[in-house]
Amino acid sequence: MNKPLSLPDANGLFGSFGGRFVAETLMPLILELQDEYATAKNDPEFQRQLAYFQGDYVGRPSPLYFAERLSEHFGGASIYLKREELNHTGAHKINNCIGQVLLAKQMGKKRIIAETGAGMHGVATATVAARFGLPCVIYMGATDIERQQPNVFRMKLLGAEVIPVTSGTGTLKDAMNEALRDWVTNVDDTFYIIGTVAGPHPYPAMVRDFQAVIGHETRAQMSEKQGRLPDSLVACIGGGSNAMGLFHPFLNDADVKMIGVEAGGKGVNSGLHAASLNGGTPGVLHGNRTYLLQNEDGQIIDAHSISAGLDYPGIGPEHAWLHEQGRVEYVSATDDEALEAFQICCRQEGIIPALETAHALAEVAKRAPTLPCEHLMVVNLSGRGDKDMMSVAHHLGDKFGVKNV
Amino acid sequence: MSAIQENDMTNTSRLEHCFTALKQQNRPALVSYLTAGDPDAKTSRRLLHELPEAGVDIIELGMPFSDPMADGPAIQKAALRALENGQTQAKTLEMVRQFREQNSTTPIVLMGYYNPIYCYGVERFLTDAAKAGVDGLIVVDLPPEHDEELCQPAAQHGIDFIRLATPTTDAKRLPKVLANASGFIYYVSVAGVTGGSAPTPERLENAVNQLREHTPLPIAVGFGIRTAEQAATIGRFSDAVVVGSALVDCIEHASSGDDAVTRVHGLVKELAESVRGCRY
Ligand SMILES: Cc1ncc(COP(=O)(O)O)c(C=O)c1O
Repeated sequence: MNKPLSLPDANGLFGSFGGRFVAETLMPLILELQDEYATAKNDPEFQRQLAYFQGDYVGRPSPLYFAERLSEHFGGASIYLKREELNHTGAHKINNCIGQVLLAKQMGKKRIIAETGAGMHGVATATVAARFGLPCVIYMGATDIERQQPNVFRMKLLGAEVIPVTSGTGTLKDAMNEALRDWVTNVDDTFYIIGTVAGPHPYPAMVRDFQAVIGHETRAQMSEKQGRLPDSLVACIGGGSNAMGLFHPFLNDADVKMIGVEAGGKGVNSGLHAASLNGGTPGVLHGNRTYLLQNEDGQIIDAHSISAGLDYPGIGPEHAWLHEQGRVEYVSATDDEALEAFQICCRQEGIIPALETAHALAEVAKRAPTLPCEHLMVVNLSGRGDKDMMSVAHHLGDKFGVKNV
Repeated sequence: MSAIQENDMTNTSRLEHCFTALKQQNRPALVSYLTAGDPDAKTSRRLLHELPEAGVDIIELGMPFSDPMADGPAIQKAALRALENGQTQAKTLEMVRQFREQNSTTPIVLMGYYNPIYCYGVERFLTDAAKAGVDGLIVVDLPPEHDEELCQPAAQHGIDFIRLATPTTDAKRLPKVLANASGFIYYVSVAGVTGGSAPTPERLENAVNQLREHTPLPIAVGFGIRTAEQAATIGRFSDAVVVGSALVDCIEHASSGDDAVTRVHGLVKELAESVRGCRY
């Protein structure tokens, strides 16, 4: 196997995945960004600022919490939750936004744009834009605006303009298309904060590096608590940033097992899902080569998931590579399994997870009972579920005698 | 009305022939863009077959893609209309093959995004495209950094790979953009998506003149050219003018297939007349 920590190569490739499949208009800018980021990575002053904002503004480090009741409930592995939901704005997304906005500032950009699905990345972007005094435009699918109302309001309160995207199915991929169109039109002054480990190089590597703080902290925290590395890591996968952030610092530790959980929707065989690795084929979209949901003619098929943040027909290219290498195991959880795990987490731990995160918990529900209590399993609790109250009430409201939230 | 006489095509390409003939006539080429299969297969075939007669010198035929990131609303909708009516890569190539049964001179350039070609299989696509009579390819999301994907294989099949230069392509980058270019250079008049508005002719003329210092290839200008007047102004200093969204809009606004053909060819005739007189 190649040395995973040294990828991508100079062309942004992870094996055959990744790359820079963008319009010529964007190329000079992407090359500039690549240089700026390479410099920032080794610039002590940039790293000092990043650490400062991650600490005092985001609230890092996030705790690694032993979920005693959840562990007992499943009766197997010892489950630890990496509490990314306690970050400012309620998800891991801000780890990346803080890094990118500092870069935008350094590059003298005057305007921030972003795509969002669940709205967590949109909120995190609107937040850092407010903090750094930059105007901000968020592209969000019309369907997602419908199911993530609280986040739409939060973005507006933070001063962002939220532009509904009606092309395609009005979900995350369409929002990303629209953000890319804005970007080619406003290359001079605009910084595009991509919210996951996708897009053209250097984004997949850059977003991963900003999220890798999750894995680095986990290493240190588990060593302190148990004097050793965890046995397995579990994370949900939309584009794959919270998973990449947790996994990457452990890739060279052969004994640490990693499991990425895609959104299985109504089931991977139903055609209504968002599981690009389990139900897709390689192709090129949004600037990189990766696994995609597409028909035999290379037209992208709409993803389906109860969770807006996982409703994306692609996956970050590094995951595609790790999948082909067999280093990470990629599974899927259905809407129903996620809803079930969502409730268990609420009742056992007093933590309301995001529906995205609930997919990771659904895999824990399958796996933990088969393992001994010495097995240390870390789950990335990527976000909190406040934003999902409306969707969950829609599915479970009857059970609680609730119609609207 | 076709600009080019029947020529012996043994060594030079249709594109070369076309530009040489037009140079002798001292006028720019009129390049039309339509999406294959828009609004439906039958109408699209009629539109295509009658373009040379209406005055088009080079045909750009769009391969519809579900996620056209570099296109504005007009061409996005055209792609959706075509896909909803069952257009596929194979059908697009078949359209070209049928066109070639009647017309062996007008160059056809397929334009689109990489994924549908990648899924079709690059070798298979190039073989079928060459056989069908495709002259060139414009693939928006394949910058020179990815030349080994399609640009270099296309050359081996005798298919030109037409490169886009844009307002952001600075002096440092230009050599890279031009390195494996063939056929012609497509200068994208604005940083933006298709269907926007064109910049001032002065700025465009400067940009085209600068490009000329670096390449002997003909230079086409596109993005934002909608009217006969604009085509004439830009055709004075460029080797070709490309009109896309304005033609595609004709299809969107048409009440029937017949109406689409009438509207598109009506606009083409205006544009054709205008580029024919623009340098006198
Ligand atoms: C809480 C939460 N977890 C996970 C995701 C999925 O994104 P990624 O796979 O990039 O971590 C999202 C996306 O919106 C999210 O809000």
